[in-house]
Amino acid sequence: MTRRILTHTLFYIILIALAAFYLLPIYLMLLTSFKPINEVDLKTMWALPLNGLHIENFIAGYKQLAPNINNSLMMVIPEAILSSLLGSLNGYLLAKWKFRGSNLVFSLILFGMFIPYQSILIPLVKFMQAIKLYGDIPGLILVHIIYGIPITTLIFRNYYAGIETELLDAGKIDGAGLMGLYRYIMFPLSAPSFAVVIIWQFTQAWNEFLFAVILTNQSHWPVTVALNNLAGSQLVQWNVLMAATLLAALPTLLVYLFLGRYFLRGLMAGALKG
Amino acid sequence: MFRKFTLRVPRLLLALALILLGAVCIFTIGKLQLIITGRNLTSIGLLAGGLIFYTGIILVISMFENETVLSIALLLPSMVAVAIFVYGFIGWSVRVSLSKWKGLNPDFTWVGLKQYYSLFHDNPRFMIDIRNTGMFTVGFILGCLILGLGLAILLDQRLKGEALFRGIFLFPMSISFIASGVVWGWLMNPATGNRITGINLIFQTLGLKSLISLWHSTPMPWGMAFTVIPAVWQLSGFTMALYMGGMRSISDDLREAARVDGASEFQIYRYIIFPLLQPVTLSAVIILGHMSLKIFDLIVALGNKAISLDVPGIYMWTTTFDGTNYAQGAAIGVLMLVSVAILVVPYLIQNMRTEIQL
Repeated sequence: MTRRILTHTLFYIILIALAAFYLLPIYLMLLTSFKPINEVDLKTMWALPLNGLHIENFIAGYKQLAPNINNSLMMVIPEAILSSLLGSLNGYLLAKWKFRGSNLVFSLILFGMFIPYQSILIPLVKFMQAIKLYGDIPGLILVHIIYGIPITTLIFRNYYAGIETELLDAGKIDGAGLMGLYRYIMFPLSAPSFAVVIIWQFTQAWNEFLFAVILTNQSHWPVTVALNNLAGSQLVQWNVLMAATLLAALPTLLVYLFLGRYFLRGLMAGALKG
Repeated sequence: MFRKFTLRVPRLLLALALILLGAVCIFTIGKLQLIITGRNLTSIGLLAGGLIFYTGIILVISMFENETVLSIALLLPSMVAVAIFVYGFIGWSVRVSLSKWKGLNPDFTWVGLKQYYSLFHDNPRFMIDIRNTGMFTVGFILGCLILGLGLAILLDQRLKGEALFRGIFLFPMSISFIASGVVWGWLMNPATGNRITGINLIFQTLGLKSLISLWHSTPMPWGMAFTVIPAVWQLSGFTMALYMGGMRSISDDLREAARVDGASEFQIYRYIIFPLLQPVTLSAVIILGHMSLKIFDLIVALGNKAISLDVPGIYMWTTTFDGTNYAQGAAIGVLMLVSVAILVVPYLIQNMRTEIQL
């Protein structure tokens, strides 16, 4: 028994040390962002704010990033909703209405999830310029929806595959067709999956950088591009930058804190085979 | 194929209305352009019109009661989108990579594999990229697997506060690579002497002077090795979650049986759990590997495009959009795709085969 207590204590020490490593960046971000400018010094970087908490950094950071946070929101919300609807339809068809070659179609769609977007970037830019959606948010929404088809389809397909076919057979006897079964049986059952996909797409698009930096011009930059730009300029004080970084990360952090269960499911769906 | 047909008058009327509306939308928007709040949304308008039109067609098809045809018709928009934006664009990129397009005006003059040849033969920067990607990939995958498995084993011991620890290890996954690169760039500040700061300052205060390092500013090639730290920080929790999922699916009876047979906890892991976790390791290697082969934003935020920390993803970006060398940029993009495809395609094929057997 004493041996057990000993090993458990050892485990806790290791876990707490590791937890400290994982929390270090967040701790530094919080610490610095609440300090006034005269306390931001290399030497005292790890010291606690001595003269109370200062929120003016957040106001300054928000002033820097407000238009970009707005851009990100305008992009992410329609993107998450539309791509979940599309994914739900695709997932339903590929899980419950298999035709010859439907597995091949699914695999070909799935491959799109893995490609490095650098390999399609030149045609994409030229295409977006040609259809006059280059440089602005609607074009970015379209691109995120299309390249989101693989993952959203995968998550919904795996979810629907787990719903018993007997349920659909019962509906068929009542005379419902393909669309009726979706509307009256599958769709009402899909709420958990919609939560997973909407949260996943929201997080992905909010954090995405490559499409954002290539496809938008400065006045339409989403928050990741603006943050990277802010960090690269030498004019910004560290406490303001840390406050801005925290603001930029806040939406996805909040989603993780309050809806972590669904976030985790999306994570696993992207990794495990159906 | 269309033997059965049930005429449903309301549905037919709705279908005709939608087809007509879609056609009118396409025609007027095509003629007049659609401008909303200063944005030219003509193509979005045309797309919406097209989808309205197509919904009408779907309604007509649905009256034939052939579910296979209806299913394919409903999948068609997504299939077309993926066919164009994934496969069509890959083909287009390959074509650009076989040309000598340099400068803003497209030039599709065929030069064969010249771009690839020059990347591998007289391009020191690309050699740095390959070495950096290799170093990053090995460090990142090993770091995530070892730390992820270790964390999963620790949390497998049914300790109190498991959920809290799990949450702490997983949260970095929700932050963008850009934000984490900004913060880690500060933590891994290379300044020494009286400008010492960040983690180095902690080391100095603790008297661990030998650990003070230049981090990712270490001269080539080893600076790249330090970029692994923030990447592992972000994704080791994810690897942990994968392993925990794998361990959950191993039944307790199996462990109990081994215990009855006198196996120690260590032997249970060594002979029962680790072998059963091999498929999880394979998926983890594939997921993490494809991420590291296309790593981009983290390195941008950390290294600010320094050559010593260059990777193909950044090289493709600068050579194409700053240097307007489209042909070479396309070649780099295609090579990135090939490296990812070598890793992923066998896995996808395997996946498809096992599904068909079921």
